[in-house]
Amino acid sequence: MTAVALAAQHRGVLRRQRELVTPEGLTLPLTIASRGARAGALLLDLALIFGFLLLLLIGLAAAGIAAIETAEPGPAMELVLVLLLLFVFLLRYGYFLYFELGPRGATPGKRALGIRVAARANSNGGGGRLTAEAVIARNLMRDVEVFIPAVFLVSGIGASMGATGWAATVWLAVFVLFPSFNKDNLRAGDLVAGTWVVEAERRALPQAMSVREEPGRSYRFGEAELKVYGEHELQVLEGVLRHNNPQAQRQVLEAICRKIGWEPGHDDDRAFLEAFYAALRARLEGDMRFGKRKKDKFS
Amino acid sequence: MALALFRKAQVVPVPAIEAASLRSDRFRLERETDWRRLEAIVTALEKNRLRRISDEDLLALPVLYRQAASSLAVARETSLDAGTLAYLESLVRRAWFQVYGPRTSLTGWLRRFLGGQWSAAVRAIWLELCIALAAMIAGTAVGWLLVARDSDWYYALVPGEFADSRRPGATRAVLAEALTGTEGKGEGLTVFAAYLFSNNTGVAVMAFALGFAFGVPTLLLLVFNMAVLGAMMWLFVDAGLGWEFAAWLSVHGTTELAAILLAGAAGLHIGRAMAFPGARPVLAAAAQGGRLAALVMAGVVLMLAVAGLLEGYARQLVEDPIARGAIGVTMGLAWLTYFLLAGRRRVVRQNGAAT
Repeated sequence: MTAVALAAQHRGVLRRQRELVTPEGLTLPLTIASRGARAGALLLDLALIFGFLLLLLIGLAAAGIAAIETAEPGPAMELVLVLLLLFVFLLRYGYFLYFELGPRGATPGKRALGIRVAARANSNGGGGRLTAEAVIARNLMRDVEVFIPAVFLVSGIGASMGATGWAATVWLAVFVLFPSFNKDNLRAGDLVAGTWVVEAERRALPQAMSVREEPGRSYRFGEAELKVYGEHELQVLEGVLRHNNPQAQRQVLEAICRKIGWEPGHDDDRAFLEAFYAALRARLEGDMRFGKRKKDKFS
Repeated sequence: MALALFRKAQVVPVPAIEAASLRSDRFRLERETDWRRLEAIVTALEKNRLRRISDEDLLALPVLYRQAASSLAVARETSLDAGTLAYLESLVRRAWFQVYGPRTSLTGWLRRFLGGQWSAAVRAIWLELCIALAAMIAGTAVGWLLVARDSDWYYALVPGEFADSRRPGATRAVLAEALTGTEGKGEGLTVFAAYLFSNNTGVAVMAFALGFAFGVPTLLLLVFNMAVLGAMMWLFVDAGLGWEFAAWLSVHGTTELAAILLAGAAGLHIGRAMAFPGARPVLAAAAQGGRLAALVMAGVVLMLAVAGLLEGYARQLVEDPIARGAIGVTMGLAWLTYFLLAGRRRVVRQNGAAT
């Protein structure tokens, strides 16, 4: 990715940052799920629902053909039909309800994309409990927002109805495009239920950086060498070290040496970078404790 | 696979605290064991495996959560380790969702819902109920008057599936035949009931969801649907079958029409909350209105299930107009009593707490 694309992505993430104040008075950072992630999650869920339904129908058809040939429609056939009707009903309304009321607050599709439903923070940032009513409200609205437009699109009613069809298309488009016109990416159901969809990624705790089993060659960095970089560069260096790609490490090492005016050596690249990282972080964190922060190399 | 599982279950050894040369890393190593314990509890909660969590762990959860939260607050000001910060943020967020997650089980929620929450919500939207009722009466009147003036309107209003034999000019005998509706005698009734239920629920949910556009489409939907009823009413009254038609309709009609009334009123409530939020911000007003309306709607689905059963079974099996009327009136009165009386005390207590 180019630097420009990266910067744009970073700005996009920043725009989606929100803060939630927990009852303990702690600010909890939240990231609003992007529209792309939400659309992806919805498509996954719909694919699951339709796939399941299709399998069921194929299974029933296979069983049904055999049954029809042997016997006339009796109570067994009726039971199957009733179960099918109720099952479709449950899939349409119950699927999202069941999963979003669970402890994860996410349907399988949402889980796959690392997002979940949460109660929206009120105007002063206080976060509430996600209630059953809220989940019901947001999923009843889904009918108008998702299922009816989907049926409309698939059946092509809009094309065959002329002016009325166009009016209906515009009307449905208002619902479908609603998330694109507000900063929290709320759909109509979220607005009515007082919820939003946030990122809920699970992160593993990476290893501590300054723990080393055997001390390697010791480097000494002075004031002049350490003052050229800020927090941003430190965290980029952290990423490079954690990824542990020799080629990238060599490139970074050369870049650092150019910057601080050293001659890049040919022994252990990683040892040098780790030493530089520890020294830079010690310096920046020391300054932090005195309330001095250096955002990046330009500041 | 088995190997991976085994590895996962292993406790990750925490390096000696003295091994870390950075102060912020020592801070992290000191607390890492607690974080990992919290993570294990939260993961079990997320997977709904409550039995896997020991009592000690469950008691420790709030303490561990607060510890992790304060660790995060400190780490934000003292540490530049992006990996640890990201982990802590995700851990505290996950723990927050579990500690402040929904508190009731589904059965507990149902008991509270039927024991007064629903009826209280219905009473709370009395104004919208009046408006929706007015719209429904107006719709019926419009349908009646239109068809009374020019019977061609009947074909425009009533969808084709209903206008089979029940059309203007049909003889009294044909219309009376349509009302008996006992063809098949019990066969396929369950299918019919299930179909009616899922179809009607679709209409009710639509009436609710369209309330989002300030309630206007909901009103239109109510008026149009009732105009169909008005037109059919005229047809039967014109043939001198008014009483029989009313009895035929009332078996499930009192329940179904009440459900449609509630759904329409719930939609209107959202529309009204958004159009006239009062002193609250629009978003807050919409959310508050939406949650109240959702309560009403959960009940509407229940009522429509009852109506589907009545329409599918009772109406097809009971032929006597008096018995039909009695069922309908009893159901209507039962709903009315329930909505007026259930959970009265509860509301008084809630209002007392709110003021």
